Amino acid sequence: MSLQETHASQSMFLLDTHCQRKEGILDEEALQVTQQLLSSNPDFATLWNYRREILMHLETVKEKDEVQKIYEAELAFLESCLKLNPKSYGSWHHRCWVSARLPRPDWSRELSLCDRCLSLDDRNFHCWDYRRMVVKVSGVPVAQELGFTDRLIGSNFSNYSSWHYRSTLLPLLHPESPESPSPSHEPPQPSPSHSPQTQSHRVCEEQLLKEYELVQNAFFTDPNDQSAWFYYRWLLGRAEREEMISCVYVSRDEERVAVAFSRPVNAQSVSLLLVLDGQPQKVEWKSVHPRFKHSPVCICDLPPGTISDITNEHNLTVHWTEKYTHRDCALYTGRTESWCRDSATDQELFRSELSVEKTSVLQSELQSCNQLLELEPLNKWCLLTIVLLMRALDPLGYEKETLAHFQTLKEVDPMRSAYYSDLCSKFIIENTVLKMEYAEVRVFSITDKNLTTLCHLDQLLLVTHINLSSNQLQQLPPQFAMLQCLEVLEVDNNRIENLEGVYHLPKLEEVLLKNNKISALADLQPLASCPKLRRLDLRGNPVTQAANIESELTALLPSVTDLLL
Amino acid sequence: MRSYYAANWASFTFNGLLSWIQQYQEEPQPKEVQDWSSLLDEGEELVYLSNPDSASISNLQVFCFTSEEDEEEAQSSDLPNPTEEKAVNEDTDVKPSADSNEEATTEKQETVGGAEEEQLQVTPTEGEEQDTDKPHLSTAQSQLEPTRKRITYAHLVKEGRRFNIDLVSKLMYSRGSLVDLLIKSNVSRYAEFKNVTRILTYRNGNVEQVPCSRADVFASRQLSVVEKRKLMRFLTSCMEETEEHQAYSGRPYLEFLCDQKLGDNLQHFLLHSIAMVTEDTPIEEGLAATRHFLRSLGRYGNTPFLFPLYGLGEIPQCFCRMCAVFGGIYCLRHSVDCLVVDKDTNRCKAVIDNRGQRISCSHFVVEDSYVGKKAAAPRRLLSRAVLITDGSVLPSDSDQQVSMVTIPPVAARYPVVKMVELCPSTMTCIPGTYLVHLTCQSAGSAYEDLAPVVTRCFHTPDSPDQENRPSVLWCVYFNMVDGSGVELEGHGLPSNVYVCSGLDSTLGHEYAIRQAELIFQKILPEEDFCPPAPNPEDIIYDGENPSTPAGEEDEDGAGEEGKREQSQTQE
Repeated sequence: MSLQETHASQSMFLLDTHCQRKEGILDEEALQVTQQLLSSNPDFATLWNYRREILMHLETVKEKDEVQKIYEAELAFLESCLKLNPKSYGSWHHRCWVSARLPRPDWSRELSLCDRCLSLDDRNFHCWDYRRMVVKVSGVPVAQELGFTDRLIGSNFSNYSSWHYRSTLLPLLHPESPESPSPSHEPPQPSPSHSPQTQSHRVCEEQLLKEYELVQNAFFTDPNDQSAWFYYRWLLGRAEREEMISCVYVSRDEERVAVAFSRPVNAQSVSLLLVLDGQPQKVEWKSVHPRFKHSPVCICDLPPGTISDITNEHNLTVHWTEKYTHRDCALYTGRTESWCRDSATDQELFRSELSVEKTSVLQSELQSCNQLLELEPLNKWCLLTIVLLMRALDPLGYEKETLAHFQTLKEVDPMRSAYYSDLCSKFIIENTVLKMEYAEVRVFSITDKNLTTLCHLDQLLLVTHINLSSNQLQQLPPQFAMLQCLEVLEVDNNRIENLEGVYHLPKLEEVLLKNNKISALADLQPLASCPKLRRLDLRGNPVTQAANIESELTALLPSVTDLLL
Repeated sequence: MRSYYAANWASFTFNGLLSWIQQYQEEPQPKEVQDWSSLLDEGEELVYLSNPDSASISNLQVFCFTSEEDEEEAQSSDLPNPTEEKAVNEDTDVKPSADSNEEATTEKQETVGGAEEEQLQVTPTEGEEQDTDKPHLSTAQSQLEPTRKRITYAHLVKEGRRFNIDLVSKLMYSRGSLVDLLIKSNVSRYAEFKNVTRILTYRNGNVEQVPCSRADVFASRQLSVVEKRKLMRFLTSCMEETEEHQAYSGRPYLEFLCDQKLGDNLQHFLLHSIAMVTEDTPIEEGLAATRHFLRSLGRYGNTPFLFPLYGLGEIPQCFCRMCAVFGGIYCLRHSVDCLVVDKDTNRCKAVIDNRGQRISCSHFVVEDSYVGKKAAAPRRLLSRAVLITDGSVLPSDSDQQVSMVTIPPVAARYPVVKMVELCPSTMTCIPGTYLVHLTCQSAGSAYEDLAPVVTRCFHTPDSPDQENRPSVLWCVYFNMVDGSGVELEGHGLPSNVYVCSGLDSTLGHEYAIRQAELIFQKILPEEDFCPPAPNPEDIIYDGENPSTPAGEEDEDGAGEEGKREQSQTQE
C-alpha cells in the first residue's frame, strides 16, 4: 500500500469510527478499531475520548474481574503508544485516567514504568507529571522520593525537574525547627505569629548546609549549567517579608492619608479600617494611579474639615483587619503633616531576596563563589550569585564590587545587558534608600549612575525632593505617583518620553526636565493633574520646537508661572 | 595441538585452565620432525613451521591459598589462613576435572555455527556426573551466608565450569575500533556486554575511585570543589588542540600536567587512570590517550569501557561463529606441520597437517611464532596474573562492580600495572568470588613483577597484616609474549603467507583490529572489511555443499581475524 493509500484508508477508518461514536456504539470491536488507529498515531485526542466512553460503558456491563483485565490490557496498549511517542499528551492523559479507574491498581509497577521512562529521557515532563500523580495517590514516603531525586541528580545533575522536585520535598522532610530564631527583625508591632505557609517553605539549617554542599558540587563541576544555580538561589532566598503596614502618612492640607504596605494590595478590596480620634471613618481607599489595582501604597481623602483645624491634635489608626495588624499616627497641633514608620526595619528592607539564618553561612558561601570566580572569571551565573550574596550580606559595604561585577556581567553576557542594567539600577536605588534612611532626610538623589529603571518607589513616599539627573531613564512610570510628598522633581539629562507617573502629586511645585525626549504636548498631560505645579523646565526637548507651544502649555498648565522652553 | 579456539586469546573454565597449566608445566616433548616430502609434487618444496606453544608462555607459577577441602566453619574463621602453597601438579585434583572440561569444549565446538543460545550455558551437564551434591544449592548457600565463608579449592573445582578465565586481559573502548567493527559487521549479535562500572586507582596505599565522567566528578567525595572545577576544565580543554599543547610538543605529558597546577590528586588521575600513560610519555601521546578515553565515555555508561559477558574469549568465538554461518570450517587438535611452496611462483599451494593430510590453499595466515626465527631478538614479554579472590578491592553498595584499576609503579623500577576486577555477573566467576586480572610489561618474571602489587592490594599469606583486604583464594602467574614489537615482514615467506602477531600489551583492541584489516586488504584489496552480515534467516543457501574442502586451514594462530578472512575467500 502506498503512503497515500494508507492515508486514505486511515481517513476512511476515522470517518467510520466517527460515525460509530455518533451512533453510540460502545462495544469491544470499536475498542479494537480505535486501538489500531491510535497505535499508528497516539496523538488523537478524539479517539482517546471515544475509548474512554467505551471503557466507561463496559464498566457498567462487565464483572469487576473482567474490567480489571480490560484496563490492564489498556495499560499494556498505552505502553506501546508511549514507545511510539514518549511525549504524547493523549497517551499520558489516558494512562492517568485508566490508572485512576483500575479496580486494583499496581502503583509500584507504574512507578517503575516512570523510572524506566525517565532513565531514557530524564526531562520528559509528561512522565514527571504522571509520576507525581502516582506518588501522590500511592502515598510514596517523602524520604523515598528524596532518595529518588538523589539518584537522578547523581546520574545527571543538569535536570531542573529533579532539583525542583527536591525543593518541594525538603521542607516536608526537614522543616525548619520552630524554635530557631526568625531571620527577620523583631516585629515592631505586636503582630501574630508567622502564617503557616511562610514556615513551610523553609528548611532546617542542618539540611540546608548539606544542600549547599550538594549544589556547590554541581556548579563547580559545571558552572554553565543553570539548573544548579537556580536551585542554589532557591536555597539562599527563602525569606518572605512579614505582611504589615510599613508607613502611615497624613497631610493636613490635603486632608489625605497615605498608607504603605510591605507588599502590593488591592486598594479596592483590602480590608482597611481608618479610625480617627476613636471614630471609625468611612473613606474610599484608592490606588495612587488608575493604571494599577494593586499597589503598595493606598491613599484616601478624609471627609472635608476633619483635620483641617491646625490648632488641634488628631490621632489616626489604620487597621489591616485581615492581617490583624495596625499602625497609629499622631498629627500634633501646629503640624501640617505627620507619619509613622519603623526605621529599624529599613536595614533589612532589601535583603529578602536572599536571606539565610546566619551571616556566617552566607559569608562562607560567598567565599566559595569567589573561589569559583577565580577559576572562571567570566562565568555569568557565578558573578550574578556573588552579587546577590553581597547584597544579602552588606549592600553598602560591597557597593563598589557589586558595580564592578555588573560591568563584567554586561560584557560577558551582552544579550542580557539591559537586564543587568535594570538590576543594577534596582540595587543602586536600594542603596540610596538605605543611605537616605541613615541620614534621616527626605531628599533622594541619584545622579549620573546610568539608572535605566525606577523601582521601590513606595519607599519614597515621604521624599520631598528627588534628583535623578543624568541617567538613562526613559519614563517616569505610573508607580511614580506614590511619591505623595514630592515637591521638587529634577530629571534633567535623561531620555524621558513619558511622564505617566507624575500624576496627582498634591505637593509638586517644580519639574525640571531639561534635555529629555518629550516630543508631544500630550506627553505633558499628566502634569495637569498636579495642582501646585508652578515651575517647569522643558529646555532641550523636541516638544519645544512645536508651533504655539507656549500658548498651548499655558492653556494646559494654568498654574505654571515659571516656564522654561 | 590445541583443543580450544584462538590461541592466547582463549578463555578457559577453571578446570580448563588447570589442564592448560598442566600442559605447560609438563616437559615439552621434543617435536618429531616428520618427513612429508613424499606428499610433494614436482616443483614443490616444504617449509617447516615451528611449534609455538612452548615459546609464548613462560614462568608459570600457581598458588592456592584456600583450604583444599571443606573444613569446620569455626576452624577456618579462627585460624590464620591455611597457607599451603600448592603446586598444581597434584594429579588427584586436576585430572578428573580436566577430562570433563575436554568434553565440554568438544561440545562447544559442535554447536558452533548452529544453535547459539546453548553454547555458553553454565548449567552443569551430564559430563559432571561425579557431583553428588547439587552445585546450585551450594552456591545459593554461599550467597546467603552473611559471614565470609571461605570458598574451598574443592568448591572452585566443583564449580569450575562457571569460570571463564581469559589468558589475555583487555577491555573494549566504547568508541574503539573493536566496538565499531562488532556493530558494523553485526557480529555483535552473538555477544552481550557489560559496562565497566568504575575506574579505580591504587594510591598512597589505598584503592580510590577515579572520577572521570561528569556525574562521577559531581558525586566524588575525595575531590574538593575547586579540584572538581579544575578537572572538568582540563578535560574539556584537552579535547581540542590548543597552542598551549603545541608549545609542549615533544616534552612529557607529565610536565604539561604539572604546569597546569592541578594538584597531586588530579595529576595522578589524569596521568595514570585516564591517559594511562607513564611519566615519560610525550604530550602528543598522552593527549591522544586522554581523548580516546574521553570520547568513549558516556556512550554506554559512566566509564569508557565494555567487557563481554563470559569473558574476552567470546570475541574470537563470535567472529568464528559468523564465519561458520558462511561455511568456515575449524579444525581443533590439528596443527600444521609444514607449507607446500611452489618453487617457481614462490606461493604456498598447500599445507600439511600433523597427520600427513595435504590441504590445498590460496592464502595462509599464521601467527608469527610459527614462523619466527627463534631468539633472533629478545622478545618483549607481558607479565600476567589471574587471581580468584573473595571480595572487591573497593567494596561498595553494589557487589556487582566491574572495575578497572590502574596501579602506578609500587616502587622504582617496577612497571605500571593494569588490573581488571570482574564480578560474578560478568559470568566469569562464581558468586562470592571476584576474578582479577593483572597485566604489565615485564621487567622480571610475572611473579616478580606482580606479586608486590598482589600483596599490597590483597590479603595473602605473604601479606598477613592486610586482613581488611580481600583474600586471594587461588592465583596463577605467567609471562606471555608481547606481540606489539613483532616484525611482521621479512620472514622470507611465500607471497601468499601472511604473518600476524600475538596479542599486544595495550588495554584496547586497536592494534589487533588494525592488523587484521591490513592483512585482509592484502588478500582482498577490493573487498570491504567485515561488511554487515545479513540476518541468518535472510541467508539463502544455493544448494552448494558447504563442506567443500576449505581452501586453507588455520591453526587458530591468527585468532578471529584469520578465520574471518577464510570465509571471505570462500565466498
